[in-house]
Amino acid sequence: MEYGFTTAAYVVAAILFILSLGGLSGQESAKRAIWYGIVGMALAVLATLFGPGSGNWLVSVIMIAIGGAIGYVVAKRVQMTEMPQLVAAMHSLVGLAAVFVGFNAQLELGRVMRAMAEGTAHTFRGFAEVLTHKTAAEINMLQIEVFLGVFIGAVTFTGSIVAFGKLAGRVDGKPRKLPGGQMLNAGAAALSLILGILYVADLGPAMFWLLLIAVAAGFIGWHLIMGIGGADMPVVVSMLNSYSGWAAAAIGFTLSNDLLIVTGALVGSSGAILSYIMCKAMNRNFVSVILGGFGGEQGPAAEIEGEQVAIDEGGVANALNEADSVIIVPGYGMAVAQAQGAVSELVRKLRAAGKEVRFAIHPVAGRLPGHMNVLLAEAKVPYDIVLEMDEINEDFPSTDVVIVIGSNDIVNPAAQDDPNSPIAGMPVLEVWKAKNVFVSKRGQGTGYSGIENPLFFKENTRMFYGDAKDSLNKLLPLID
Amino acid sequence: MKIGALKETAEGEARVAITPSSAAHLQKLGYDVVVETGAGAKSGFSDEDYRAAGVEIADDSGTLVDEADIVARVRQPSGDEIRRMRQGQTLISFFYPGQSAELLEVAKDQGINAIAMDMVPRISRAQKMDALSSMANIAGYRSVIEAANNFGRFFTGQVTAAGKVPPAKVLVVGAGVAGLAAIGTATSLGAQVYAFDVRPEVAEQIESMGAEFVFLDFEDTTTDGAETGGYAAPSSPEFREKQLEKFRELAPQMDVVITTALIPGRDAPVLWTKDMVEAMKPGSVIVDLAAEKGGNCELTQADQRIVSDNGVIIIGYTDFASRMGAQASELYGNNIRHFMADLTPEKDGQVNHNMDDDVIRGATVTHGGEITYPPPKPKVAAIAAKPREKKKEPTPEERRAAEVAAFKKETQSQIMMLAVGGVLLLLIGMIAPPSFMAHFIVFVLACFVGFKVIWNVAHSLHTPLMAITNAISSIIILGALMQIGSGSWLVVLLGALAVLMAGVNIFGGFLVTRRMLAMFQKS
Repeated sequence: MEYGFTTAAYVVAAILFILSLGGLSGQESAKRAIWYGIVGMALAVLATLFGPGSGNWLVSVIMIAIGGAIGYVVAKRVQMTEMPQLVAAMHSLVGLAAVFVGFNAQLELGRVMRAMAEGTAHTFRGFAEVLTHKTAAEINMLQIEVFLGVFIGAVTFTGSIVAFGKLAGRVDGKPRKLPGGQMLNAGAAALSLILGILYVADLGPAMFWLLLIAVAAGFIGWHLIMGIGGADMPVVVSMLNSYSGWAAAAIGFTLSNDLLIVTGALVGSSGAILSYIMCKAMNRNFVSVILGGFGGEQGPAAEIEGEQVAIDEGGVANALNEADSVIIVPGYGMAVAQAQGAVSELVRKLRAAGKEVRFAIHPVAGRLPGHMNVLLAEAKVPYDIVLEMDEINEDFPSTDVVIVIGSNDIVNPAAQDDPNSPIAGMPVLEVWKAKNVFVSKRGQGTGYSGIENPLFFKENTRMFYGDAKDSLNKLLPLID
Repeated sequence: MKIGALKETAEGEARVAITPSSAAHLQKLGYDVVVETGAGAKSGFSDEDYRAAGVEIADDSGTLVDEADIVARVRQPSGDEIRRMRQGQTLISFFYPGQSAELLEVAKDQGINAIAMDMVPRISRAQKMDALSSMANIAGYRSVIEAANNFGRFFTGQVTAAGKVPPAKVLVVGAGVAGLAAIGTATSLGAQVYAFDVRPEVAEQIESMGAEFVFLDFEDTTTDGAETGGYAAPSSPEFREKQLEKFRELAPQMDVVITTALIPGRDAPVLWTKDMVEAMKPGSVIVDLAAEKGGNCELTQADQRIVSDNGVIIIGYTDFASRMGAQASELYGNNIRHFMADLTPEKDGQVNHNMDDDVIRGATVTHGGEITYPPPKPKVAAIAAKPREKKKEPTPEERRAAEVAAFKKETQSQIMMLAVGGVLLLLIGMIAPPSFMAHFIVFVLACFVGFKVIWNVAHSLHTPLMAITNAISSIIILGALMQIGSGSWLVVLLGALAVLMAGVNIFGGFLVTRRMLAMFQKS
């Protein structure tokens, strides 16, 4: 980096990115934070274009323009309920870009090595020129970095594509594994490691090894995520988010670019923390989530006695009209039915009647961290009545009516009562402590995780069957 | 349809089945409301009050019964009163079908649909219409007031300049709704309250009201209160003996005894025998809430206040609820209107007597010319009353100790992590070239900053966080931009593709984040 200007721009960009993430600590400051991010990115791109080591201006600008146009259209068209799959799809792009940049680094390296052997290295410009100054040890280090960048990038790429498929409903949400299960993944990882050693040690065709590494890593990403159930997707998406960051950081090392390193590290740690928070909210070990399926069987789950009692919209409306305090617990079902608008209308009516209405959001409700908050915000539900689990869990006993809309495991009392339940110990919203619980649900099925929910059999629970949106629309006119 | 409330005929009964405020709710259900003149007078509701609430006033009971489709009252009606009703008319009142077989026959022959407020099943959904509970609550409160009125001393303990006053000791026998209400009232007056019940699972409720549970050391297969709908079941003779022995031991210490023990459909068990009364101090008070069913105390005389030979006052009133007429009418009126709400699901003023509904079925004793008592077992089991383990409140010292321990643990783990991290860094530094280390330090610091910053992100903003980090991770574009200008066509092609993809990400990511954040709004 000869140009002080570029370095200075990078420092500013890095600070802007940190401020941008830090600004997300509150809804109001977040609106400012986004601009920090945009300015930081613009600064970084411009500085690189004008800085040393770049060329082919025209191609760069055209490509950015095309990419920007696609991004603009996608961002405008996408519905808020489709946010999880969009985020997953975009992660795959970053992963693939990292793989390509890694390949390029190796191609250039090969070219530079050949040229140095012939003594014509002084003619190089840009990235290749940087390479010519490297010592043997540095080149080895660089190859390790390329290996890491390509490996993580490829895992991110295929993993994100599978996650996208599962979230968009194009791939079956149930855990699927090839025969051999985790052994296949371990085999592919070992193969990558061997290939990586061959590659770094300069034994055999380096570029070919790198391609093989990408293929093996791609297989790991695909197979790993295929083996994880739809209900665990919040963890998967944040994990992939983290990986895309680490891939960028590895590439940053390769290219000796500090901004790439800083930004990659920020993104990587952000994703890692999100995964950790999500795992904690499900009381699961990160490893057990990644290895797929639920933890080992601990004996038969307790038998559930009683029956599910159905109720129609009139009954729900009666209870709501007489209630003073209402808590709504939304889940993925609300997103599927696109019912957030109807929910918002219901809340508006109830609040106009002077009732206390609040939302209880479980950290893993939906398919993305914070998914429900975004949907409710879209439907213009004021965010100060949307509360987290810890803030509201103690209020259920003093609540008249709880409406559960399309959530299941996060309100399952078995997590507390039944030590043999697969979700035993997971923190849940204690809705059954309220006076009345209405569960809006499509049918009697067990939902994503396949676990029976004793809540539906409790005597203060009534099942309000039907599509969430239709049910709520039928309910709305009956509220005074 | 028209719903009407009769003036109570029983001597001294002050309650009324419909109050002006409950009438308003009934009108909302689509009913016309009529009240016999003077019905609310003893509860403090004048005819004018009713008229102001849009209620019609009927001149006498005859006109009211003729006009109304539904007749509501408080006390059990007499046979003659039922004979005045016509076929298909609905009656809502206390009925005690278990003890009134003849009355049931009359109601059946008359063809009326009789709903007994005392038969409302004890399930959570029906709590709002459970008149027995609401009346028992009032009786429990009033029993303490009566006791205090007759007790020549303070309830609360005091240390005054003129001398020390010990707190009164109150024993409540039977911790049902009335018993719990009595405990609450007595504790709030400052008395030291003890309570006994045959159902061990109510110990927690007793303690929650501030009384001490009188523990009986007895091994027995006590029936679970939940099976009998939350009511007590008759106990074995051995158990009874043990129980009386305990009471005999307590009797000399107690200043006030309030007995509320009732077993559904039976005479009240005698729990406070003559010798116990004799063992009590002069001036002590016994209030027997079971007087109507014969009394828990052997000496009780229904509706009487008597004084025993040794100066113990025994109160056997049976109209505690009626003695608080305004309050009792208010609550009973609400019970009735909640029941009507269940009978009128369409809110169209038409009774839909749905015999498939557990609550309605349970309370209906005659319907369509047939006796429907006793009802079948309800589909849902009654109040679940599992004994729960009591969580111990940590004392301030324990809490302090826990905090110190947590602090120490945190310090330890931080030192451990720093040490391990430091050693790892050193090891890497030994083998890696110096140019790498310069970047590596930047990397480690960035990770550290990232961890610190992300922990502060609000939970609700996790999705925008992912979108924004996703947009930022397209910083990978820098790498592609740096390579695109150098080298072969393959490098240019791959670089161009990478730029394209990162470009999608930058614009898509930031725009989508902006869309999301713009939606968050305060109310």
